[in-house]
Amino acid sequence: MKALAFAGRNRKEILRDPLTLLLGVVMPVAMLWLFSSLEGIMPLDLFTIEKLTPGMIVFSFSFITLFSGMLLGRDKTTSFLMRIFASPMKASEYLIGYAIPLLPVALFQVLVCYGAGVLLGFPVDIHALTGFGVLLIISLLYIGSGLALGTYFTDRQVGGIFAIFVNITTWLSGIWFSPSMIGGAFEQAANLLPFVHAVDAARAAFTGGFTQLLEPLLWVIGYTIVIFGLAIVGFRKKMKGSK
Amino acid sequence: MVIEIKELTKKFNGELAVDRLSLTIEQGEFFALLGENGAGKTTTIKMLSCLLAPTSGDALMLGDSIVENPLAVKKKMNLSPQETAIARNLSVKENLEFIAKIYGSSKQETKQKTEELIRKFGLEDYAGKKAKNLSGGWQRRLSIAMAMISEPEIIFLDEPTVGLDVRARIDLWKILLQLKGDITIILTTHYLEEVEALADRIGIMQAGRLRALGTLEDLQERTGLEKLQDIFIQLTEEEEGP
Repeated sequence: MKALAFAGRNRKEILRDPLTLLLGVVMPVAMLWLFSSLEGIMPLDLFTIEKLTPGMIVFSFSFITLFSGMLLGRDKTTSFLMRIFASPMKASEYLIGYAIPLLPVALFQVLVCYGAGVLLGFPVDIHALTGFGVLLIISLLYIGSGLALGTYFTDRQVGGIFAIFVNITTWLSGIWFSPSMIGGAFEQAANLLPFVHAVDAARAAFTGGFTQLLEPLLWVIGYTIVIFGLAIVGFRKKMKGSK
Repeated sequence: MVIEIKELTKKFNGELAVDRLSLTIEQGEFFALLGENGAGKTTTIKMLSCLLAPTSGDALMLGDSIVENPLAVKKKMNLSPQETAIARNLSVKENLEFIAKIYGSSKQETKQKTEELIRKFGLEDYAGKKAKNLSGGWQRRLSIAMAMISEPEIIFLDEPTVGLDVRARIDLWKILLQLKGDITIILTTHYLEEVEALADRIGIMQAGRLRALGTLEDLQERTGLEKLQDIFIQLTEEEEGP
């Protein structure tokens, strides 16, 4: 109950910020349209709507990291976190309260980007349901990343770090070009990070390629557990108090 | 007594922030904690509100230890932090409802308490307004109302009027005077006239230690000075002396 009340507050804070809609939904849809229209000029396999749509949905989750990180970071900076730490809520209720409202935001991003993809020619079939499920699992990776950033950094720092984060998720995710095109250390780095695996898992889910789904999804789940773990450790430390 | 502080000590990296603080505060008392920046006031409030674990010592809040049973303590107290701690994109009403719910109020209780606090704090005209659109004075008023909605027996007000203009400060004093006697209030502030107007008893901290404790009359008698400002300067200079 307390966690849900806290989640309600966080949902309102996020959804009432016009940047949420602009960055989280409008921009990915605009980019989807832009890159799919490039397919005619640059006939790259990655720019086909079948490859681009799942990739762009995963990319849109990067902004969830920004929303959750900024909210938590701002709560810390403005002493709001101090106020709620003084309440009889438990650490688990705080984290659930921060994480839960972002899942409907992620689902909304999935549905809007999928709808835009369908309008641009993305095939509609039963595998979309698997795709939605896998995408929600992937969204937890980005929610956890935001919570970890917000736990360790202030809102201003989160803004700066997000600029680096979004570049990493752009270049090392294989959405617009395959890391194997560059090869070497770049490809190795991309394969060691979860973002390219997240995009591979989403693409495999939408095409029904279940044999290709398991390995990248395990990468994503592993990273999600580690990142949530880091957020929980940091959060508990914050609750015990600092100067 | 409501609060019994026993040898409460806090060290940060070996440096003393609060040094063996001991005092008692009575039921319904308005207690002001004074001190320069870094004197240990906020650290003391953070320890008493279970936001910071003491290095040693303890405090009993209505019989419950801040070390042994912080959850029980948290249910009985609330605080209004130094910076205005409000949910910016929520309306005044939603802010109050939110705090009531996380303290375990039912839907009916939440509605009733929210209406009552809106009336008590004169927030009727602003109830539907987003908190971020309120002036500094009204935001502070909301912040204190949020601390009151859980019906605490003890409330900590950490510099509640800092940064407010004279009129907003005096308006807030009126609100605080209304609360006086009903609940135990611990106030930290840099405004000495605020202490003169509101406090039953005063504690003066310096370098983590309690330098003086008593009513304004006690302190006047001890120092032979009339104004709290002069008393404060003298008592804190004694410690700083060669």
